[in-house]
Formats: sequence, structure tokens, C-alpha cells
Amino acid sequence: MTIDIIFKLILIASIFGLSLVTAMYSTLAERKFAGFFQDRLGPDRAGPYGLFQPLADGLKLLTKEEIIPESANTFLFLAGPSLAMLTACMTSAVIPWGTYIEVDGHKLPLQVADINVGILFVFGVVSLGVYGVMIGGWASNNKFSLLGAIRGASQNISYEISMGLSIIALVMITGSLSMREITDQQSGFHGMNWYVIKQPLGFLIFLICSFAETNRTPFDLPECETELVGGYHTEYSSMKLGFYLFAEYINMFISSAVMATLYFGGYNFPFMHDLGLSQNVVAMLGVGALFIKILLFIFFFMWVRWTVPRFRYDQLMRLGWQVLIPLAILNIIITGGVVLFFQ
Amino acid sequence: MDKMFYFLAFLAILSALMVVLVKNPIHSILYLLVTFTSITGHYILFNAQFLAAVNFIVYMGAIMVLFLFVIMFLNLNGETEPQKSTLVKFAGVISGGLLLLVMVASFKKAVTIPLNTEVDTQIGLIKNLGMVLFKDYALPFELASVLFLVAMIGAVMLAKKDWK
Amino acid sequence: MKSLTNRSKLVVNKQMTFMERIYLPVIAKGMLVTLKHFFRKSVTIRYPEVKRLFAAAYRGLHVLKKDENGAERCTACGLCALSCPAEAITMTAAERQPGEEHLYKEEKYASMYEINMLRCIFCGLCEEACPKEAIFLTNEELAPSVYDRKDLIFGKDKLVEKEHNPNGKVRGGGPLTERLYHG
Repeated sequence: MTIDIIFKLILIASIFGLSLVTAMYSTLAERKFAGFFQDRLGPDRAGPYGLFQPLADGLKLLTKEEIIPESANTFLFLAGPSLAMLTACMTSAVIPWGTYIEVDGHKLPLQVADINVGILFVFGVVSLGVYGVMIGGWASNNKFSLLGAIRGASQNISYEISMGLSIIALVMITGSLSMREITDQQSGFHGMNWYVIKQPLGFLIFLICSFAETNRTPFDLPECETELVGGYHTEYSSMKLGFYLFAEYINMFISSAVMATLYFGGYNFPFMHDLGLSQNVVAMLGVGALFIKILLFIFFFMWVRWTVPRFRYDQLMRLGWQVLIPLAILNIIITGGVVLFFQ
Repeated sequence: MDKMFYFLAFLAILSALMVVLVKNPIHSILYLLVTFTSITGHYILFNAQFLAAVNFIVYMGAIMVLFLFVIMFLNLNGETEPQKSTLVKFAGVISGGLLLLVMVASFKKAVTIPLNTEVDTQIGLIKNLGMVLFKDYALPFELASVLFLVAMIGAVMLAKKDWK
Repeated sequence: MKSLTNRSKLVVNKQMTFMERIYLPVIAKGMLVTLKHFFRKSVTIRYPEVKRLFAAAYRGLHVLKKDENGAERCTACGLCALSCPAEAITMTAAERQPGEEHLYKEEKYASMYEINMLRCIFCGLCEEACPKEAIFLTNEELAPSVYDRKDLIFGKDKLVEKEHNPNGKVRGGGPLTERLYHG
């Protein structure tokens, strides 16, 4: 039993570390890719190819002056970024990072908690994520911050609905809410079993909604600089601002992981069981495959950011309520029909 | 497990009291959020995973966000709060006291059911819950969903400006 | 009203077709465009290490030239100060003492020569006015920055060239054939 607990602790620490490092280097990748997309170089002064840039940025944020506005609600002002960071880090618990590895005859799954309602847990934590934005925006006692917070809240609620509906169609096929079971159902057939093939419309809706839920362009209205100065984090400085920005990148990492798990087979990769390798090697290759998928999604997030301009607010709402929700319901009806037909 | 229960129960009651006692409506909402969190914790203790997740998503993730949203828009504070007359205050105290009386009376009449150790601990899992909802209680469940549909249509009708 | 230029266009508020309204094809097209740029060579010049050549007509900071023996060419005639539209130049003349022939080319020289860089408009009229080919705007150091306005009054210590440079209008740095050079 002890080996299980020790393994769990190591797993939690390494997942936490990995998601932080990935988020850290996403900030560099974002700036680098922004440069490449615009025929520039991006930051390349700190270390070889600018690899120490995130460290320099972190150091800068930590050593900057900490400003708490006089009329702000101090406790909530501090609680906002902490909450954003907390909810961003919570989701990684239910994502299956790999199959399992064998140590001394113990089967140790590469997942922190395989709970029965994994998808719902992810969904719940994501819906809590908006509190960080709302509380921070309100506590700043600044009109721009408040507007940003309110935009964030209404946007998250609107897109959560179609996100949930697109997941329902997926769950109708899988018959399970556990992330591990969904991943295992997608193994074999060299990637032909991935749910993106069975649920293309559902995936598209989920993708668009995850852009909205992570406040990424083209849905970055809560923090759009042209209208709201800095949006909900206008009044924030030093590491509190860093937490907000960092939480956004962790969210991006997590939602990439969720998409890779639900629709792109998670840790499954083609010819997984035909290579005749030992279980541990296959598990590690699976983790690598999942990370490649995640990184591709992160690249996609950035690619979209530097291509598609920001939506106007009414367009955002129309897209959410009048396009995505009916489409998601249509998707459910079609999926239900097909499932019934093949039963 | 016991300690966990007492901690959560204490947290739930304390934050529920704070919801009523604090002046600032935003703080009220946040305490309500803490209450819901501890209730979610109770559900998890009962191994009612689905209920916990739904409580998480629907109450904490959606309804409370809407509450917060509306209160932020209204910008309630001490100056804008309407002053209530003494008569209304008295009426409130009396009706509240009566409610307390009724509740105490009903609790005194209540019988403690002996702890049944044969309870199925897997009942709260989503599969069993679905079986119960869609087989044994299909009609009430569907009726409840019709009720929600009616409420939704009503809300749309209220929100539409020039309804002819 | 008849348009004079024929460049005005009639604005039509046309309805979008279905393909345009679902946006996705257009977004995919845009993503392809940005992807093309992603793999394109960047146009950045990494400035302090790599510099661009200055144009032949570039007018930089002033240089007081020396002749081939390393003696200063300026005779303090004052024509540059006279021609200066911004009145940025001032100088004091002095007589060359015996034994100073290697320092100053002619009998008269400028013992003090100052250009106020705050006033200078880099028009190059001093260069045109000089009868002795002593002043040129060829110093290619960029944007001198100081903490005190007084430090922007350049004296002879900053203006006189350190070593004789045979060409009157040579540009500092590297070969003229390349667009970029490492400085």
C-alpha cells in the first residue's frame, strides 16, 4: 500500500511541476510564435534562443512593486488571483496521463484520481475558474476591471452551456464519464477509433467553447486592451498579475489536455500494442504521445490568436446562444439517432 | 471521516450564518459559495459523486455566478439600501420566531431511525442514479423537466421587449 | 456631385452568402496565410551585432578633420558659425606657436570649438561653407544620450577625429558593397 501512496505523491508533484513548466514555456512560445507569425524573431536575448526568458519574466514580476489600490477590498483583491491559480491547477487531477507502469508487480496507473464523474469534475472546476476573474475585477474597485469581470462571467456562463451539450453527445457514445475509460475506448485501429472521427461537430463546438472558456483570442473580451485598458487585471501588479497571466496559460494547457484525451485518444498512439515493448516503455511512450498532442493543441491556440481578430461583444453572444447551442442540440439528436440505429 | 463531517458541518453552518450577518451583499454571496462548497464536501462523503459534481457545476459554477453578476451590476451598498420601518421589522421578528417554533416542534416529534449498515454505498454513483431516475421515477423526473421548460419559456417571454 | 479623382467607391452593404456566414472557410484561409508567414525568414536585423549601412546622403554628428600629417585643418575662420541657421556653432581663434606645426595645419587655429547639439538641425550648411574641408557630418554614432543638457554641447574633445582619415566623406565602419555588416 505504501508504494501506491509514495507513487501518488511523486505523480502529483511531477504533474504539478510539468504543468507549471509547460505554462512557463508557453509564455515564451507565445512570444516566439507571435514573432514568427509576424516575420520577426521574438525574444532571443536571455540565454540561447531566449530560453531563459520565462525565468527573467518571473524574476521581474516577483521583484516589481506590489500595489494594492487604496479603495480596493484588500482580502478579495488578494483572493482573486489565488483563486484563479487554484482552479487552474485543480483539473489536472483527473486527466489520465498514461496507462500504468509496473513496479514490483504493482500496477500503478498514471492518473491521480480516476473518479467516476471525471468529465463533470473538469467541467465543474472550469466553471469555478470564473470566480477568480469576477472577484478580482470587482475587488479592484475600478470600472474597467468590473466591466472585464462581468464580460468574463457572462461569456463563461454562455459558453459553458454549449460545451456541456457537446460533451453530452460524446458521453452518449462512450456510456461513461470516467476519463480513463473514454481514453481506453479509443485505443486500437491506429487512431481510427478517436472520437474526433465519430464526433466532428461535437469536437468543433468543444474547441470553440474552450477558446472562450480560457479567454483566448478571438474571445479575449474580458481583457481586451483596446476597450478596457487591461480588463479585470487593470489594477494588478507584480506577481498577482503574474498569477492571472499564468493561470491563463495553465488553463490553456489543461484544456488542450482535455481535448487530446476526449477527442484525440489521449495516451493512445498507433501500433501501441503491436511493437512488442514492455508495459513500462509503452506507458512512457503513451505519456510522450499525449504531450505531443497537447503541445500541438497549444500551438493551435497560439496560431489562432495571431490569425483571428477579436469578436465584438454582441457577435460573441450571438455565436454562443444562437449558433453553438442549437448546433450542439442538433449534434445530440443526430448522435442519439445513430446510437439507437446501431443498437 | 467523522472529523471531516464535523468540520464540514461547522463550516456550512458558520458560513450560512455569515451569509445573513455580513453587511456587504458581495460578501454574502461569497459566504454562500463557501456553504455550497461544504455541502459538496458532504455529498462526496456520502460517495454521491454525481450529485457533488452537479452541485459544483450548477449551483457554484452557474447560479452563484449569476447572483454575483446581478449584485455587481446593482452596486448595492449601505447608502442605497432602503430603510425598513419598525413595523416591518417587528413583523419579520414575529414570523421568524413562529417558523423557529414550528421547526423545533417538528424536530421534537422526530424519531431517530437506527443506523442501517446494510445501505448500498454505490447508490450515489452515476449509473445507479440514472437507473433509479429513468426507471423507478421516470414520470416525476420528466414532469420536473417539463416544469423547467415552462420556466425557461416564461423567462424568454419576460425578457422579450416588444411582445405582441 | 461628380467626383474629381474617380477614386471614390460606392459602398454596398451586401448580404453575406452562407459560406461566408459560417466563417470557418475564411478562417482556415487566414490560418494558412499566417502559417506561410510562420516559416518565412524573419526580417529582423539584430541591431547591436549587425548594423545596416548608412545612406550616402546620411548626415550624422560633426567631425573636425585632420590632414594627412595628423594636423587639424580648421583655421577658425568662422564661416561655419556664420552659415549655421540654428546658431549652434561657436569658436575662439588662436595663433599657432612655433613647434606646433604637427598639431595645426595653418597659422591660425581654433583653440575652442563648440557645437550645441541641442540646437543643431543637421542641415549640413557648415559642411558646405567650410573653405578648408575641415568639418563633415560623418560621425555615424547614433543618438548620443546624456543625463545633463550641458553634456550635449560638444567641444573639441568630442569633435576632432582621432586619426587621419584620407577620404573626406568616408562612412564609418565596413565595406560599401554589403547591405549589412558586423560592427
